[in-house]
Amino acid sequence: MALRTEHELHTRRKSRNIGLLVVLLAFVALIFALSVVKVQNGGGAALEGFDHQVRPGLLPREQGVEIRPSDNPVAAPGTPGAEAGARTAP
Amino acid sequence: MTDATTYQTPTEAEFSDYIALLKPRVMSLVVFTAFVGLIVAPVHLHPLIAFCSVLFIAIGGGASGALNMWYDADIDAVMNRTKSRPIPAGKIAAHEALALGLALSGIAVMMLGLSANWFAAAFLAFTIFFYAVVYTMWLKRSTPQNIVIGGAAGAFPPMIGWACATGGISLESLLMFALIFFWTPPHFWALALFMKEDYHKAGVPMLTVTHGRRTTRRHIFAYTLVLAPFAIWLGLTSVGGPIYLSVAVVLNALFIWRGWQVMRRTDEQSHADGHKAEKSFFRLSLIYLFAHFAALLVQHWVGA
Repeated sequence: MALRTEHELHTRRKSRNIGLLVVLLAFVALIFALSVVKVQNGGGAALEGFDHQVRPGLLPREQGVEIRPSDNPVAAPGTPGAEAGARTAP
Repeated sequence: MTDATTYQTPTEAEFSDYIALLKPRVMSLVVFTAFVGLIVAPVHLHPLIAFCSVLFIAIGGGASGALNMWYDADIDAVMNRTKSRPIPAGKIAAHEALALGLALSGIAVMMLGLSANWFAAAFLAFTIFFYAVVYTMWLKRSTPQNIVIGGAAGAFPPMIGWACATGGISLESLLMFALIFFWTPPHFWALALFMKEDYHKAGVPMLTVTHGRRTTRRHIFAYTLVLAPFAIWLGLTSVGGPIYLSVAVVLNALFIWRGWQVMRRTDEQSHADGHKAEKSFFRLSLIYLFAHFAALLVQHWVGA
């Protein structure tokens, strides 16, 4: 059958397609590994600080400064932090 | 198009032709110098982030190579050294090289920004622009100083590697830049001394074509003199040390001596022995650059 004949052209296209497949798979694997490393190395905290309100827990701690619950501006309702915040509010 | 006409095309591109479009030999220099710049920097990077950074710098370098081949296809077709490149050989269409170059440039810059930092990514974008636009489109065909200024593009990779780790520029990275920047002209002019016909045919205004070989020889020697202080100075910074300094002193003395020999020769002498001294100077220039960066690496591992 003529249609099944493997022409040299097909071999060359095959090499090109397989090459592209390998490159794309390697790229996906690289992005995945990079994401894992970034998250493990504190990338998660940085991201959280980027598009949410920054929590004091994410900030570098200063020597001799104690963080009290009332310093937390987003303390959940009903928690001591929120009550302390309400008492000090103007 | 019918099947018959498709089969008649003898030069359909293979995967390796697309790799050739990225100038793998130039890329190897980019990879090596960027790697050294990244490793000797005072900030430690996670090995995978370091690997990704060097990879995306290399892809950026390859992309600028593809853009260069797209724009210079007419010159490449004339020169013996370059006429078998994928575009003049008819394997890849020029517009395909342009598309590949632009796409890879975008990917490399974005990915370097995500894996390392955005300063390094912006630096890479500027380097691609410098090589593809400033050197290839503006300088190469218009001035004999083309490789002097264009050489900056090849000198940026160790600075980008350093910027990946530190997020900035410092004296050490500037001196690594200077080392490649002042090395480039004597390296390419030595090549032009024994490949003159190629550049002449293509109408590229190399110094040998515009100012003659006598002037080129003098320029080669002058640049070896300018280069030496920067190479030694790098050895006196935080990345240097006795190993690097020993290598730098020996190689610079040798480079200046060979440059002197090239300058003292006449064209008759050069033709008579088949450009022996010029070819030897060219080979030495390759060893010179590799050995300097290898010495920086060894010095870093041994301890500065």
